Amino acid sequence: MSSVAIIDYGSGNLRSAAKAFERAAADRDVPPEIIVTADPDVVRRADRIVLPGVGAFADCRMGLLNVRGMREALEERVIVDAVPFLGICVGQQLMASEGHEKGVHKGFGWIAGNVVRLEPSDPELKIPHMGWNTISITTPHALFAGIPDGPDGLHAYFVHSYHLAATRPAEIMATAEYGMTITAAVGRDNLFGTQFHPEKSQTLGLQLIANFLGWRP
Amino acid sequence: MTLKTRLIPCLDVKDGRVVKGVQFVDLIDAGDPVAAAIAYDAAGADELTFLDITASAEGRETIFDVVARTAEHCFMPVTVGGGVRTIEDIRKLLLAGADKVSINSAAVSDPDFIARAADKFGDQCIVVSVDARRRQTQAPGRDNTDDWEIFTHGGRTPTGLDALEFAEHMVRRGAGELLVTSMDRDGTKSGFDLKLVRTIADAVHVPVVASGGVGTLDHLVEGVRDGHASAVLAASIFHFGTFTIGEAKAYLKAHGIAVREDALDQ
Repeated sequence: MSSVAIIDYGSGNLRSAAKAFERAAADRDVPPEIIVTADPDVVRRADRIVLPGVGAFADCRMGLLNVRGMREALEERVIVDAVPFLGICVGQQLMASEGHEKGVHKGFGWIAGNVVRLEPSDPELKIPHMGWNTISITTPHALFAGIPDGPDGLHAYFVHSYHLAATRPAEIMATAEYGMTITAAVGRDNLFGTQFHPEKSQTLGLQLIANFLGWRP
Repeated sequence: MTLKTRLIPCLDVKDGRVVKGVQFVDLIDAGDPVAAAIAYDAAGADELTFLDITASAEGRETIFDVVARTAEHCFMPVTVGGGVRTIEDIRKLLLAGADKVSINSAAVSDPDFIARAADKFGDQCIVVSVDARRRQTQAPGRDNTDDWEIFTHGGRTPTGLDALEFAEHMVRRGAGELLVTSMDRDGTKSGFDLKLVRTIADAVHVPVVASGGVGTLDHLVEGVRDGHASAVLAASIFHFGTFTIGEAKAYLKAHGIAVREDALDQ
């Protein structure tokens, strides 16, 4: 049986993420096993890897580094073996070169660019950018199959004060507008990351997760 | 900007049961909070709030089960308030599947708790519940003043704290959102205390959820247009089937307020 590892390093609610993946998995002919895990060996054997994350960049980074062997297992399985990877929210931000929240901290360096504070042109706009927003798909991708975008498209649930300012346009998959252009999704090869929370984004989210489970980069 | 105004039904839960029940659809069990949550999810609610008003310590465990069962079925954000006093309370709620916790009394008695909670779990999941009443004027025959005092314990306990100062203080400590409830208007169906909501919404950089007093769809519009709220919360107008979530959204949209209307049967 193939497996999807959702990495548990003490960041936020993994239950809702696990439930959303289980729901999407159940619709497949051969449902993969969804495993929430803090064990690097489970990650090394996983066929797909999900890295969630809520809170501050530095705290998530530390939480991950504190799980002995996890950083190495991720690098080995995601970069060397190239299994499909999905980063969510801060899990996506960790793919960056650096995070600039509470000081400057190194990211994985998988996606070029730094994680910087949102600075909407309209000072009246609230930070965090919290709630439902539409996205614009800037690079067509298998994970967006069946997801209508644009002003009349489906909505994604965001809650964040920082975003990954990706420097290579080809690595930006989708954006959202909030008094500025926000990076909503990044990707390259077998890597994909969303700033929004697919596990909280109802129709759009379940579709994206279903697409991830069937994705063959 | 295409961020949508959020419409949030609130369920009061006591000992794991919805207080007064939810009657807007033919629920097999009108008192089951999870059945109500599923129905609101399907109806297009943007978030859901559970307010746990359980008094007894043993009854408090029931909310974790409610949240966990909700997370099995609802893929939208869930906030839980009521009785959140410790870091461990927050951790348990988040692990059960809550996305945000709303904190009231503990924020008043120990403002540093908000800072510790925000540090531990991130600003985005720490909501401070600002429960306020207008101060009574001393002069007979005069209207109440435009300043508000913070109350705790469901509006029963005065604190002497000024609501605006308290709200600003909580945001500085790390609150990622404020739930502003007028205890004068709560349950009256006479509309939000718009001046209260606007005074706080205009003063802080985080989103404000307006609460307390919704009786008509115009009240929802006013909360956003005049109260400058990012989200509006209501209970009885939805529970008793006076209006559906869809009707409320259509009304907001007709009044120029951007709402999320994703087709739910896709």
